[in-house]
Amino acid sequence: MPPSLLSRRNLLQTLAGATALTACARLAEAAPPESAYRPVFFTTDEWRFLHAACDRLIPHDASGPGAIELGVPEFIDRQMETPYAYGALWYMQGPHVTGPANLGYQLPYTPRDIYRRGIAGARALALQMHNAEFASLDAATRDAFLTELETGTHQFGDLPASTFFGHLLGNTQEGAFADPIHGGNKGLGGWAMTGFPGARADFMDWVDQYGREYPLGSVSISGETI
Amino acid sequence: MATITRRSVDVVIVGGGWAGSIMAKELTEAGQRVVMLERGGERSTAADGAYPGSLDELEGNYRFKIFQKLQKTTVTIRNNISQTALPYRQLAAFLPGEGVGGAGLHWSGVHLRIAPDDLTLRSTVISKYGKSFIPEGMNLQDYGVTYAELEPFFDKAEKVFGTSGEAYTVNGKVVGNGNVFAPDRSDHFPLPPLKDVTGAHLFRKAAAEAGYHPYAIPAANASRQYTNPYGAQMGPCNFCGYCSGYACYMYSKASPNVNILPVLRRNKLFEIRPNSTVLHVTLDSTKTRATGVTYLDEKGNEVIQSAELVILAAFQFNNVHLMLVSGIGKPYDPVAGTGVVGRNFVYQNISTTTAWLDPSVWTSQFIGTGGGGVAFDDFNSENFDHGPLGFIGGSPVWVNQAGVKAIAAAKAGGPPGTPRWGSAWKSGMIDTYKHAVRMDAHGSNMAYRDVFLDLDPTWKDAFGRPLLRMTFDWKDNDIRMNRYVVGKIAAVTKAMGARQTHLGMKEFGQPFDTRFYQTTHLGGGAVMGSDPATSALNRYLQCWDVSNVFVIGSNAFPQGTGYNPTGMVAALAYWSAHHIRTTYLKNPGPLVPA
Ligand SMILES: Cc1cc2nc3c(=O)[nH]c(=O)nc-3n(C[C@H](O)[C@H](O)[C@H](O)COP(=O)(O)OP(=O)(O)OC[C@H]3O[C@@H](n4cnc5c(N)ncnc54)[C@H](O)[C@@H]3O)c2cc1C
Ligand code: SF4
Repeated sequence: MPPSLLSRRNLLQTLAGATALTACARLAEAAPPESAYRPVFFTTDEWRFLHAACDRLIPHDASGPGAIELGVPEFIDRQMETPYAYGALWYMQGPHVTGPANLGYQLPYTPRDIYRRGIAGARALALQMHNAEFASLDAATRDAFLTELETGTHQFGDLPASTFFGHLLGNTQEGAFADPIHGGNKGLGGWAMTGFPGARADFMDWVDQYGREYPLGSVSISGETI
Repeated sequence: MATITRRSVDVVIVGGGWAGSIMAKELTEAGQRVVMLERGGERSTAADGAYPGSLDELEGNYRFKIFQKLQKTTVTIRNNISQTALPYRQLAAFLPGEGVGGAGLHWSGVHLRIAPDDLTLRSTVISKYGKSFIPEGMNLQDYGVTYAELEPFFDKAEKVFGTSGEAYTVNGKVVGNGNVFAPDRSDHFPLPPLKDVTGAHLFRKAAAEAGYHPYAIPAANASRQYTNPYGAQMGPCNFCGYCSGYACYMYSKASPNVNILPVLRRNKLFEIRPNSTVLHVTLDSTKTRATGVTYLDEKGNEVIQSAELVILAAFQFNNVHLMLVSGIGKPYDPVAGTGVVGRNFVYQNISTTTAWLDPSVWTSQFIGTGGGGVAFDDFNSENFDHGPLGFIGGSPVWVNQAGVKAIAAAKAGGPPGTPRWGSAWKSGMIDTYKHAVRMDAHGSNMAYRDVFLDLDPTWKDAFGRPLLRMTFDWKDNDIRMNRYVVGKIAAVTKAMGARQTHLGMKEFGQPFDTRFYQTTHLGGGAVMGSDPATSALNRYLQCWDVSNVFVIGSNAFPQGTGYNPTGMVAALAYWSAHHIRTTYLKNPGPLVPA
């Protein structure tokens, strides 16, 4: 890499990598502290679950920040007040009939319902399996539990655990990498680690700089930049 | 709500996308008073493509800001006739448009002509390989129109869209570095080709080394400032990467909203009524003549709009749905093999290959333009000998990087076998985003007797109409074609020096999966042709049974091609309009005797 490309962003990444080691050691023990944001949709117990789960889906590590620093739980809570979470983007008319997975989602539940039922089901399952709240499990146990939700055959009533997990994972990824205007991707940390320039949206002079690393940092819709 | 009768007009057009806008422009030029009914809202670049607020990947690609919302209406889907079709409840496999401009506001811009052999595929296959080469159950057909007849209309559409590209031959003379397999042209592209992004640049070199014939994909994304024949202006594309799914904030991507509607809106003969959902076409007692349409306006009033001529331009499957609920044409019956409306439903047979390059090579996937890239056509259409291969159809192969943004990168993840979350996902995903190149085999899909559209017996839309039902699956012929062409990509990624390659291909026995985006290139269902027993429309896209109804869209394709549909849809719209203007309006009635 030419020295001119050792941008502020690269520097930040190097620093993030260094702090990651100590943070990881701490996070391996228990769920991280909650953010100052007060949830509107999620109850206190749900909020703790959400933190403890997001924290493992995108952990803080040598690659960059994790879901908690990126504000993912806040993003998901704020999404719960949008038309999407009320099912306004989906065809919700009955009858609701189950069918082969490849024909897609068929349940009557909106994203809000999926979280409510999914978190309740997952917490109960954790109590049953580990005799403890999911949020108080150590990192390795939470990972194993989440894998169980992802690939196992557990059902929370008629909601498959894997369906709930799919929504949680999808929203977590959205929160980490969407424009910070939606409450996640704090400090543009998700973009810094992927090298995505955000709303820069003008590459006229970089299109044919073949194979070179893009030199500028990210910009958000509100003008925040790194 | 009340029932309102509006003053009769010459022409009513259902749908405000490319097809409807082209027809409206042509028919107002012919002095016709035209009303366009669009179920969605008003849309403009100034509002929907405002910088920087519109550059929001979550809203654009994951909350489907300017796509159709499925709340009011959708389709049901099943893989075969013995299954119960279930509603397509969440947008995924395909993303229809809604609102003024239709999908033309948020498409990508790949703007291709058709391969001449694809227009006469049945005749070509029979003459080259014999009739027994056509598999049992495949409804292979000719379009009933030739490339020579359509050429002036392809040319016209490219000039209206401001298409960037490089010709191979113009009037029989080799003039440039374009696609050696492309048919001859009467003129150059209006604009020079767009620059290659890194992935396309490397692909161009590697494809040539592998012995293929790479060319710049013709793109309706302006490489320079441009004024089209209507006087509409476009600015140069800056590769912003927010192309597919967005209204172009640079006015560089062709759309009805930028290239046609601004001119139409100034014409007194033209009126556009957004938030107007057409429920059905009204027919007279003989069922051979349309009297107009019935629609719901914004306030929920039922409006009767009579017209001399009805143009359905509501998009492929909506056109078929409107024909079925209105009783236009005989519905297809797959068991008896009779009827035509719903017959020959097809899709795009796409699969994506990924090559991971050396970590010193940054592929900057966020840089992109919707229609641009580099392709080779060595395994498309009849450009190669199918005799020893035993399948029909083909695929162009290309790097067509419309701009991969961070959420899409996160969801795409790392190489096969990487977990979907956690630290391994994170590092694999970041490496892939920074150093990989993606290329598609964008294949044809043939039509089959048991792949079709009809009305669902159970689910209804918000207006009480039965939903359209799709019966669709991938068939052996098409899977074998895909696997053959994808196999040919290995030589390209090897020449690229890829450290790892994942050849993405269709697997036998894996059914069509509605949960993953493929393309919105749906076709057929009300196809054009020369035989009323196998086509719903004649070669001018006029209904055989109701001659004052023309149905414009990819519904007219008898089978799928390796190309994206819009270039062909636009040319067919101009072709149909030309014959309405020069023949039909002088003497309304069937343009071809049934
Ligand atoms: C993300 C994306 C990328 C694409 N990229 C490409 C590409 O690169 N190249 C290419 O060739 N094609 C591409 N396509 C496909 C392309 O967008 C379509 O082929 C084209 O826009 C179809 O034009 P149309 O006018 O037939 O239909 P549409 O643009 O869909 O317009 C139909 C209109 O009719 C309206 N309508 C429907 N029903 C009713 C009713 N009952 N009453 C009133 N109005 C109604 C709809 O709301 C819609 O606005 C892409 C599509 C998508 C979604
Ligand atoms: S990539 Fe080009 S054509 Fe596409 S939206 Fe951006 S500026 Fe417009």
